Amino acid sequence: MLKHFTLDGKRIPFAEGQTIMDAAMAAGEYIPHLCHNPEFAPHGSCRVCTVKLNGRRVAACTAPALDGAEVENDTDELRDERRTLLQLLFIEGNHICPACDKSGNCQLQALAYYCGMTAPEFTHRYPLRPLDASHPDFVIDFNRCILCELCVRASRDADGKSVFAIHGRGIQAHLAIDSPSGKLGDSKLHKEDRAASVCPVGAILPKHTGYAVPIGERLYDRKPISVAGDVSDHRKDSS
Amino acid sequence: MVHEPRSSNTPVPPRGEGLLRSLVAEQYRAGFISAARIQALTAERGLTRAHIEGVIDFYSFLHLEDVGRFRILFSDNIIERMQGNRALAEHLCRRLGSPLGEVRADGRVSIDYTSCIGMSDQGPSLLVNGHAIPSLDVETLDRIASRVEANTPLTEWPQEWFEIPLNIRKKGLLLANEHGDGDAVNALLSSSPTAILAKLEGAGLRGRGGAGFATAAKWRLCRDAPVTQPNQRVVICNADEGEPGTFKDRVLLQGYAERLFDGMTLCAGVIGADRGIVYLRGEYRYLLAPLQASLERRRRAGLLGRRIGGRAGFDFEIEIELGAGAYICGEESSLIESLEGKRGNPRNRPPFPVTRGYLGRPTVINNVATFIAAAMIAAREEGWFRGEGTEQSSGSKLLSIAGDCDHPGVYEYPFGTPIDQILEACGARQTQAVQIAGAAGHLLPPAQFDRTIAFEDVATGGSFMIFNESRDLLEVVRNFADFFAHESCGFCTPCRVGTTLIQQNLTKIGDGRGSRWDLETLRRIGALMRNTSQCGLGATAPSAMFDLLDHFEVVDKRLHSDEFEPAFDLDAALQEARQATGRDDPGAHL
Ligand SMILES: Cc1cc2nc3c(=O)[nH]c(=O)nc-3n(C[C@H](O)[C@H](O)[C@H](O)COP(=O)(O)O)c2cc1C
Ligand code: SF4
Ligand code: SF4
Repeated sequence: MLKHFTLDGKRIPFAEGQTIMDAAMAAGEYIPHLCHNPEFAPHGSCRVCTVKLNGRRVAACTAPALDGAEVENDTDELRDERRTLLQLLFIEGNHICPACDKSGNCQLQALAYYCGMTAPEFTHRYPLRPLDASHPDFVIDFNRCILCELCVRASRDADGKSVFAIHGRGIQAHLAIDSPSGKLGDSKLHKEDRAASVCPVGAILPKHTGYAVPIGERLYDRKPISVAGDVSDHRKDSS
Repeated sequence: MVHEPRSSNTPVPPRGEGLLRSLVAEQYRAGFISAARIQALTAERGLTRAHIEGVIDFYSFLHLEDVGRFRILFSDNIIERMQGNRALAEHLCRRLGSPLGEVRADGRVSIDYTSCIGMSDQGPSLLVNGHAIPSLDVETLDRIASRVEANTPLTEWPQEWFEIPLNIRKKGLLLANEHGDGDAVNALLSSSPTAILAKLEGAGLRGRGGAGFATAAKWRLCRDAPVTQPNQRVVICNADEGEPGTFKDRVLLQGYAERLFDGMTLCAGVIGADRGIVYLRGEYRYLLAPLQASLERRRRAGLLGRRIGGRAGFDFEIEIELGAGAYICGEESSLIESLEGKRGNPRNRPPFPVTRGYLGRPTVINNVATFIAAAMIAAREEGWFRGEGTEQSSGSKLLSIAGDCDHPGVYEYPFGTPIDQILEACGARQTQAVQIAGAAGHLLPPAQFDRTIAFEDVATGGSFMIFNESRDLLEVVRNFADFFAHESCGFCTPCRVGTTLIQQNLTKIGDGRGSRWDLETLRRIGALMRNTSQCGLGATAPSAMFDLLDHFEVVDKRLHSDEFEPAFDLDAALQEARQATGRDDPGAHL
């Protein structure tokens, strides 16, 4: 017999072993998220998908669905918390949307719109982070990395290469590259690797294709993220 | 039973087991971990260099660059700040001409601060190459400086400097009673695992590490978890004691290790485990040799190894693994990650360690004091443990008492003892506040001193820090905020960024530049961390700050204005321009 939980009052069926996120996605319901991508093992680090499961907060991407449970998702309270989480990500790095080729195709930016963020509310950290343009096909701009570890997971689990890793602890945590020089150009990252096209923000960008689609006609310019879904589902038409 | 979703946890690296041990050994051998050594490890273990460097980066005691022949770390918790550790550290820096946080040019020495090293009842204290020296004063530091200048090996320093008195002030149910080396194992051999579980359940034993989970239930869940080979389960003792102000586990490891090992062996026999690990915090590295000697004695006595107590199939070994300076590794799933050769990030749960823990095997993790209590309960009459404590918190609690009182040290009290009774016993006067359960715990005002130590009232892992009326509580809470910003693992957004924002805002208020807006920010970030953090570190980090705002008036008095104040001082920012132009007239100021 199929099991169900309710998501903001809607009945959502699920199978054993599915998370709240799996079941919601399968039912076409949107739970905001950044570090989750159904192709890869769930991670639970961005916390943007935090929902209330029978009144207790859990990350929808890692919490198993429970039969008969009541899940709250699209409430003012949770939207407010999500907006604050996004604020934290914006001030942690350097995100200058007008100067970023990912603008309009960026999940961080699209989610910020969706959650009603209009201006930064906390003190910017303005970290000094270098840009790495050593790879023939990609630029990696660490200023925009939100530590979702999708590239880490993709390179390890899909490409079998482990090109990416996290170094540092706490606020010093940052993305690192496995290569003799620490540079991307020296690594095993190949154009066709899944890790190369999985970044939900503008941290890993392909070279030679800048501004192929004009601003104003990009994915999230046309539809809100709740309708358009993840940018990596639109790999062909997104850049 | 909840069916587990696809595993969301990082896979066990192929040969990650023992990686931390190799890194720690190399650190202490060479003073750092060289690129060549990392290269060799990548080949030996099939791990990437980026992975290994990520692990090294995670631990405060592992370094990619040489930290000098003598690495001196002053314990920097709030209690030791009150005892004057900063002035002493500065004195030593001057004496040795070694700037704080840097390696002296000749590579001989480096001096820095570190998180609490579990010595606040006898601070100020420091670690030199992993060995603790308590009760510091200027004379001792001068003598230390001479030895460093003379390049005298640590083994030739006066050994009495390294002596650490147990400092037990009050013995209760556990410490005042005797326990023979194999009493718990023998109790098991003469009864049965189910009888022991029933006894622990009857005693109402709950975990002493903080969360208070029922020990019998944990052991039973693990015993019932399926394994592919007999006795494939694991028993882990959490001896990572990192909560600032706590030291009772250190005292137990120094004076009562036999009971701990007896308790772990009991657990192994009950759940069906052949492997035991003590995860000993790096700050207690000096306990490694005595603990290993004690394990060796037990092997010779037939209490460890193959056929324990002569029973076929009862095989159990205990190893000791050293941590390397990361508070988060006291969180049980981080501890397992650390043992598996990864960064100590907490795991997603389920699965819980009792079903899938170390290397995927069902694992029991308990605190040092929990295993000791279990051993003593197993060896005694039914009802012994319940004779003390409250209905929901049976037995006794070991408290690490430090700060403004005449007699700091370890005190064992029945659960249910009121705080004011404890304050009186340890000679605390004019007490302004007590911080219970470490930096992650609560800051209680005098109006709450009639509350009791118990899981159902004021729960604690054991830290009990006392502040009298002369202390600045904002400084206290800032010290905790610094601690959390330093120790956050950085995995999840609210804690990684939130701990730093809280630290910045408290600094701003402490410097007299705060406004009501900053208080709102503190509350908003604090609530977000409580609600959305991945683990207990982020969820509890704002607790003391909320207490400070809710129960004390110090912060209100320090606010500069009710309006928004910028994060930087505009007038101070003009100083450079004033200097460049040689102006200092009123028109050059805001
Ligand atoms: C950030 C953090 C740090 C912790 N540190 C310790 C510790 O140092 N020692 C400990 O026994 N438990 C610690 N715990 C609790 C453990 O996760 C775990 O609950 C405990 O070891 C279980 O043992 P018990 O049931 O015997 O209490 C910590 C938890 C968190 C969230
Ligand atoms: S580079 Fe992109 S995919 Fe990789 S961790 Fe950063 S934000 Fe995530
Ligand atoms: S709450 Fe803090 S320590 Fe815990 S997972 Fe998140 S970042 Fe790491």
